[in-house]
Amino acid sequence: MANYYTEHPELRYHLENPMMERICQLKERDYQDKDKYDYAPQDFADVMDSYNRILEITGEITGEIIAPNAEGVDAEGPHCANGRVDYASGTKQNMDAMVKAGLNGMTMPRRFGGLNFAMVPYTMCAEIVAAADAGFSNIWSLQDCVETLYEFGNEDQHSRFIPRICAGETMSMDLTEPDAGSDLQSVMLKATYDEANNCWRLNGVKRFITNGDADLHLVLARSEEGTTDGRGLSMFIYDKRDGGVNVRRIENKLGIHGSPTCELVYKNAKAELCGDRKLGLIKYVMALMNGARLGIAAQSVGLSQAAYNEALAYANDRRQFGKEIVHFPAVYDMLAIMKAKLDAGRALLYQTARYVDIYKALDDIARERKLTPEERAEQKKYSKLADAFTPLAKGMNSEYCNQNAYDGIQIHGGSGFMLEYACQRIYRDARITSIYEGTTQLQTVAAIRYVTNGLYLSVLREYEEIACSEAMLPYLERVKAMTDKYEVAVNAVKEAQNQELQDFLARRLYEMAATCVMSHLIIQDATQREDMFLRSAVVYINYAEAEIEKHLRYIQTYNAELLPLYRQA
Amino acid sequence: MSLKIIVLAKQVPDTRNVGKDAMTAEGTVNRSALPAIFNPEDLNALEQALRLKDANPGSTVTMLTMGPPRAADIIREGLYRGADNGYLLTDRAFAGADTLATSYALATAIQKIGIPDIILGGRQAIDGDTAQVGPQVAEKLGLTQITYAEEILNCENGRVTVRRHIDGGVETVEGPLPIVITVNNSAAPCRPRNAKLVMKYKKAMVPLEKPAEGLPYAEEYERKPYLTLNQWSTADIDADLQQCGLSGSPTKVKAVENIVFQAKESRTLTASDQDIDQLMKELLANHTIG
Repeated sequence: MANYYTEHPELRYHLENPMMERICQLKERDYQDKDKYDYAPQDFADVMDSYNRILEITGEITGEIIAPNAEGVDAEGPHCANGRVDYASGTKQNMDAMVKAGLNGMTMPRRFGGLNFAMVPYTMCAEIVAAADAGFSNIWSLQDCVETLYEFGNEDQHSRFIPRICAGETMSMDLTEPDAGSDLQSVMLKATYDEANNCWRLNGVKRFITNGDADLHLVLARSEEGTTDGRGLSMFIYDKRDGGVNVRRIENKLGIHGSPTCELVYKNAKAELCGDRKLGLIKYVMALMNGARLGIAAQSVGLSQAAYNEALAYANDRRQFGKEIVHFPAVYDMLAIMKAKLDAGRALLYQTARYVDIYKALDDIARERKLTPEERAEQKKYSKLADAFTPLAKGMNSEYCNQNAYDGIQIHGGSGFMLEYACQRIYRDARITSIYEGTTQLQTVAAIRYVTNGLYLSVLREYEEIACSEAMLPYLERVKAMTDKYEVAVNAVKEAQNQELQDFLARRLYEMAATCVMSHLIIQDATQREDMFLRSAVVYINYAEAEIEKHLRYIQTYNAELLPLYRQA
Repeated sequence: MSLKIIVLAKQVPDTRNVGKDAMTAEGTVNRSALPAIFNPEDLNALEQALRLKDANPGSTVTMLTMGPPRAADIIREGLYRGADNGYLLTDRAFAGADTLATSYALATAIQKIGIPDIILGGRQAIDGDTAQVGPQVAEKLGLTQITYAEEILNCENGRVTVRRHIDGGVETVEGPLPIVITVNNSAAPCRPRNAKLVMKYKKAMVPLEKPAEGLPYAEEYERKPYLTLNQWSTADIDADLQQCGLSGSPTKVKAVENIVFQAKESRTLTASDQDIDQLMKELLANHTIG
């Protein structure tokens, strides 16, 4: 029986990272639930054992149900009738299995019926599901919107809504509108207070809403009449049971067919405020997006692995010139780089998830009691690291998964262009990852302040102090030299003191930082598990070093005087 | 109406992926070469039991299995999916049982537990493929039986309606409770294990599984009685030792050989005593059996 989790031991390796002890201690509040709930862990070993078992179940369900359904779901897709979405039949089966397995509201506290899982194992489940069917992973993973409801909603909202998500109801985040895509400050959906009924009413249109017919929606709407910017926006909870929102149509997309992307019409829909007025975009959506970006990073890694698996299997099977094509250097070069990007990208994903875990757990503890000064320092440190790493993990993994999907088809040759092999679905599904939840260009915008303020550089210098194996020593030296080049590039751009030039070169600086970070992480992994990661470490650093060289050369030769030649308007 | 349901389930070697070393030189199954799994059709039966429980609040599902201590896995797997409790019949005296001795042990244990409303089991186990144990349990307990069930359509007023798989189609039959139902692999697949139940029951074990040097989390077992699973010996069910295990098993394996089915002609019999009697005589005469 296929089981993505047990077949990819890299996941278990990342699960067992030493930081998990602190993460679990915080998340479990020193295991205080052990006598309150029959499924709560007794100690660290116990909670890790549970994570491992639940990941195995997720791997089994995806292997036996979701993956075999993926082709049918891709062909059938969801349908829209009478304002409602009807999922593809395979999607319904998938959802039923996930709900029966109790894999919803995974990160929520037990008092709401959740599993109280840390982000790391939850993110692993998201990767596993995405590897089987990236479209379905959207519907299932939108459960992480409940994090935002938990963080900013009130106790009454918690008790009414969170148990429903834990029981398997689905969510959506209704942000985008026809004229407000990347620029969410332009959101126009109108929220007015209905004095007579003591509730808010929503009117307007949303577009490109993933799983738009969900049971619970988080909606960004303009509550402050006369405003035009982000400060006039608030976040609302819309409950489908109240009615008032209809699906006008489902988009016809290139990929992720199983995931219904909806146009929604709000007609006087009853809604309630989540958190405070005017903080909708500037605080809550930012939190929502950071969670969603980690989810897309996980989806990307799942797709990267799936692309690699399909390509490797085909290359081992396909014979030309009297041997399997995997033996040709031109082919194994592609495969080796695919695997290296996958391993390096996954290391970045889970490092980010660990940073997120620590600060989120401390944030949550801060809602219960005052943090000690040490805890406050820890919270601040990891909050900043999470904020800095999330755009790297999302942007780089989504780009890598597109590259892997492209190479995956290339390895299949003409057969890859036919619609018979899974590689074409992976290619189509991968394409959206570098677009939604903030394009790679917007990830660069989110990350650039950490390039200019030196945070990435100081993290890289700290990583240099981590002891590595003897085999990895020469590679660590090379990464140090790469970091020196990154520093040179950053300084060159900063010294020019030209905002347009900095914006223009930002993507290259962003990639240099991310590449150096991933190089360190893969060295650390190869130090721990040479058998598992040595090859990827060597292949990745060979690749990364050339990338750094390329970007530095470009940045050094470029100057602001060239900008007019590039402008297109 | 709340129901008492017992699910008969067996841990079997996974004969679906048989390698060269699957059989010993003596012609018996080499159990060490094959992973032990939950007999597939018993999972179908478990799903039917859990659906009855879902539809009839207050119902209980009890797992009953026989085997070595590690067969407690069957009980745990049941608990992980929603069963309420379970019994493992384990005793050296049970070993070597054929279908007759197995059904004797199971029927005796069921009497000890108390006759439930419904006894469910898979049609057959993939190690022996006899499809005899369920029907024999029904006979020994004097209960009605429905075999080859695909779906339990309805259960009310002391009667159960079942769609069963027959040659070339399906038929819908009805029977009175208490009843034995054996379930076909064309029935709905079993639901996945549930995360909370796995975390609740993952440490559950029968006394024989507990290590001699003491348990990790020993104190937790004292607080949570459901972590100690029921383990019954022949004495616990007041079994007649002559009818248990090898001594209670008239089946003798003469030889095991590889054959390729070549059913070129077939004959359809009615279920009348006369037809069955005639067939038995024929099979004895041409030494297919006996």
